[in-house]
Amino acid sequence: MVNLSCKIGDLDFKNPVMTASGTCGYGPELEDFLDIGRLGGIIIKGTTMEPREGNPYPRMAETPSGMLNSVGLQNKGIDYFEKNIYPRISGYDTNVIVNVNGSYIDDYVNLASRIDKLDKIRSIELNISCPNVKMGGMAFGTNPVSAREVIKAVRAVYSHMLMVKLSPNVTDITQFARIAEEEGADSISLINTLLGMAVDIKTMRPKLATITGGLSGPAVKPVALRLVWQAARAVKIPVIGIGGIMNAVDALEFIMAGATAVQVGTATFIEPDAPVKIIDGISQYLDEHGISDYSELIGCINR
Amino acid sequence: MAKRVQDLLVVENRQIKKDICILELSSTVSLPEIIPGQFVQVRADGSQDTFLRRPFSVHDVDYEKRTLKLLVQVVGDGSAALYDLKAGDKLNIVYPLGNSFSVPDIGDRIMLIGGGSGIAPLYYLAKSLNDQDYKPDILLGFRNSERIIEHEEFGKYGNVLITTEDGSEGEKGFVTDHSTLRNNSYTRIYCCGPDPMMKAVAKYSAIRNIFCEVSLENLMGCGFGICLCCIVNTTRGNICTCTEGPVFNINELKW
Repeated sequence: MVNLSCKIGDLDFKNPVMTASGTCGYGPELEDFLDIGRLGGIIIKGTTMEPREGNPYPRMAETPSGMLNSVGLQNKGIDYFEKNIYPRISGYDTNVIVNVNGSYIDDYVNLASRIDKLDKIRSIELNISCPNVKMGGMAFGTNPVSAREVIKAVRAVYSHMLMVKLSPNVTDITQFARIAEEEGADSISLINTLLGMAVDIKTMRPKLATITGGLSGPAVKPVALRLVWQAARAVKIPVIGIGGIMNAVDALEFIMAGATAVQVGTATFIEPDAPVKIIDGISQYLDEHGISDYSELIGCINR
Repeated sequence: MAKRVQDLLVVENRQIKKDICILELSSTVSLPEIIPGQFVQVRADGSQDTFLRRPFSVHDVDYEKRTLKLLVQVVGDGSAALYDLKAGDKLNIVYPLGNSFSVPDIGDRIMLIGGGSGIAPLYYLAKSLNDQDYKPDILLGFRNSERIIEHEEFGKYGNVLITTEDGSEGEKGFVTDHSTLRNNSYTRIYCCGPDPMMKAVAKYSAIRNIFCEVSLENLMGCGFGICLCCIVNTTRGNICTCTEGPVFNINELKW
């Protein structure tokens, strides 16, 4: 038996594989395909104080080895979540983590304090990196002053494991990783999507109604890996790697580059049981290589 | 019925046109219940350019033989790879997905309207209606006589009417130009085809207060409600075509 468990902040994970926000709904959507209890964690869709309708259609375009999306944080809001979703998913035998969003710092703060009171949710992912909203999102995460402000304000009201999701759309990722650490975040997750676009030459129009959107999938993996490696060398808090992870090999690359855990995102659209296959694949790799604990691999390329 | 990911075996690939084929796929285990209007998400392994799965309506189901059929029109590299599949090849699908056409009321005068490859889900619907002793009128629209597909097959389950845009077969014009829509008072219309056609049928139905359902073909990321990409604007707000549809009552759509 190999050990896949880890601790991030004060939270225990049975394994280092989570489902990324925006790619697993609230959880029930995946129940037909996998046992949620096998996951290290499930990061449910980006939640805001008020319900959001998101951006107009079309909000998706397939691109080479990836896809652009401009969903724009469509969600039913925190009231609906507390009343209708939370009771349904609070029994999951895994870490349920809520991805938290806002247009103003107060939104983030109010949301974090609301979720702080939910017994079965022991972590939030502070999303300061969504590229698809006019206000908030990436605007916070690409400006060092506002990034610091929002993390500081949320840390003051949130008592459990605080994960900050970073944007790749910055010049120096280590600057934002350090800010998160300095302001008391327990971990950072990266990358959110890369800002991109696509044009339909038949209609001579952008493929997305919002013109630009977030790129995800294998196309972003080398970039994500580089950013995770840089961030992991810059801070002591755990780094959670995200970006084009399709299989166990990809996940292992992130771990070896310095990630303590990973999130599987776009892969789940194509293979809805991908996260579980990745957990099994990591175990198998450890078995085959006579490694008893996956943590030996974290950042091993630097040694 | 629980959704599943499964490798199916290609039993037959009937290439009925240079760009349209009907794939018959078989399962080694019992098929889940599949209702008319539902779809599958296909992984086009033979196409390097195709990253996401592609949705296809279920064209027919045979529970005894454990087979289902998909009607595939080539529009890009992914569908081209499906067109080239041979008997014995495997095809990985996620299914059954989406909602279904509603069950008619007793005494309904039913019309099925399909355009081009949009006839795909209507065939299984016609067959199922026939099992329930309905004999619908089936109006199929094509560009010209060369593009007509499956009309004889449909004839087993209803009274088939044809329009072609150039008048080379059936009545000339679009489906909404067909005389049957002037001469008969239908009480229930099921429609699938290109967007402009469905919008025209929806308009025809709305004016006459006829119950009408359309099957939408929005771009999809996942097919089971996790990516929120295939949304359609409805009276209930932006909702996923893949889970709340693909079949919608026209009164719900903000077209």
